[in-house]
Amino acid sequence: MIVAKYRRREVISNYIILIIFALIAILPLAVLLFNSIKPQMEFGVNPLGPPNEIRFENFSEAWVKGEYAKVFFNSLKLVVGSVFLCLAVSLAAGFSLAKLNPKGSAIIAVYLLVGISIPAQLYIVPLFLLWKEIHLLNTHTGLIIIYTALNAPFATFLIRSYMIRLPDELFEAARLDGANTFQLFFRVALPLSWPVILTAGLIIALAVWNEFLFALTFISEEGFKPMATILFAFQWRFENNYALQSASAIMMVAPVAILFMLFQRRFISGLTSGGLKG
Amino acid sequence: MKIFSNKNFVAWYFVFPVAFIHLFVIGIPSLASLALCLTDWRGLGEINYIGFENFIELFDDRYLKKAIINNVIWTIAFLTVPVGIALTCAYLLTGIKRGQMFFRLAFFFPYMLASVINCQIWKYLFHPIHGLGGFFERIGWEFLAVSPFTTKSTSLFAVAFVDGWHFWGFLVVIYLTGMYQVDNHLYEAADIEGATKFQKFRYITLPMIRPVFIFSIMIIIIWSVPVFDYVYILTGGGPAYSSEVIANYMYSQAFERFDVGYSSAIGTLMFFYVMIIVAMFGLFRRAGWDI
Repeated sequence: MIVAKYRRREVISNYIILIIFALIAILPLAVLLFNSIKPQMEFGVNPLGPPNEIRFENFSEAWVKGEYAKVFFNSLKLVVGSVFLCLAVSLAAGFSLAKLNPKGSAIIAVYLLVGISIPAQLYIVPLFLLWKEIHLLNTHTGLIIIYTALNAPFATFLIRSYMIRLPDELFEAARLDGANTFQLFFRVALPLSWPVILTAGLIIALAVWNEFLFALTFISEEGFKPMATILFAFQWRFENNYALQSASAIMMVAPVAILFMLFQRRFISGLTSGGLKG
Repeated sequence: MKIFSNKNFVAWYFVFPVAFIHLFVIGIPSLASLALCLTDWRGLGEINYIGFENFIELFDDRYLKKAIINNVIWTIAFLTVPVGIALTCAYLLTGIKRGQMFFRLAFFFPYMLASVINCQIWKYLFHPIHGLGGFFERIGWEFLAVSPFTTKSTSLFAVAFVDGWHFWGFLVVIYLTGMYQVDNHLYEAADIEGATKFQKFRYITLPMIRPVFIFSIMIIIIWSVPVFDYVYILTGGGPAYSSEVIANYMYSQAFERFDVGYSSAIGTLMFFYVMIIVAMFGLFRRAGWDI
């Protein structure tokens, strides 16, 4: 901790500047929260402040009018499917790159590193045409496969950097007991890796829940759209009904906020370390 | 078939699924795009090889030029404002005891939010009647009286502001991890010499966090290339192309005009630019820049 270097007066000015920036970060969210429980009538006289009259019916009204039961289910399906598939393939690859190191696997690592920095604009059109050809457009399966590919490089490296620190002796001992490679993976590596599985899972879930470009491009049928693109459409459909708009937005933020409160450190370390290695 | 149960070969089984999915979704379509940029294909019918005609057209396309200039402005804006604010906040955070965690979470939380949410918040706040414009009018200021998203001179900066508002907390956390590794004795020695706060920052903190700092510069440059969500949602590139960026222009060429060859050419351009940046930073590292 670098604390000794400041005098009292400096500490106070530090706090003032930090509080100003914290307010810039938080107040816009507070306005959104206020507006979600404000009656639509009140927006004319009190557009920014806390509501004079609290109206929770905004949520039920938005829920019904936006058919959010279905939309939530769509998003949830995408999140669960992508987390599951992406973790499965990334755990296997991370394990191999960390502990087995087959000859030539460096090529895969380099390929995935390059893959992280390819802009989506390069491949989105051929991918769209390919998905149309094999009838994966407007399906959740199609989008889950895309999300898996998008997040797999990051997850693989995160898992690899964790598994590389697992002691080699464990694996050697298991080998001597006659375990084959699959047993090493399922019986030794996986049970020891739950912290990184949780971190990677949370980051993938967040990325999928928030994703916009691919959801916009690959799902055009209303009934299959996830939260992100429905909310975008909702902003146009109920252009001046700010109460409903804000309530829907809060519904999309709420799961993220709850998970963030529970797993702050995991989110922060996962999101920054993933970037740091990429 | 002994080779398939060979230990080395089994190790490859574990890598295949990732390699396969990634190649299928990203690798092969990328290669296809690198080839299609030399054709006049429109998604249906015959594919004709036309050489570099798409690229010749690209360099004459004044909307694309506008978009490229906007991307450059965007990059410069992100390299200065969020970086400056994040460095300041991270540095100030290392100097306080209480509430560190609170500030860190408050700064970071917007980074967790979806682009649609951030755009909705700021579309409302920049609304001339309901938003901040109305608020300033009531206290007698004429500020934000028209939405900055619909004014030609400000639209690009307004969109960049929203994206930056969501992004800078990420930088704070990155810089903090670097600053916590700085040896406290250096600051104590500087105190004895009577160094000011700024001098300590300039001559101790900044050189010590150089690896994270250069890393942040690199990702900002790379991430500024494919910016799409905020432009598409907030302005759609308008008014009159004033906030157009490459990714959004490419999207309209691809999915509104269905010009596969031309949009592939734009994608190819973006790809090579990013690869050059990555290679450059790789070379710096080789040259002993200690990134």
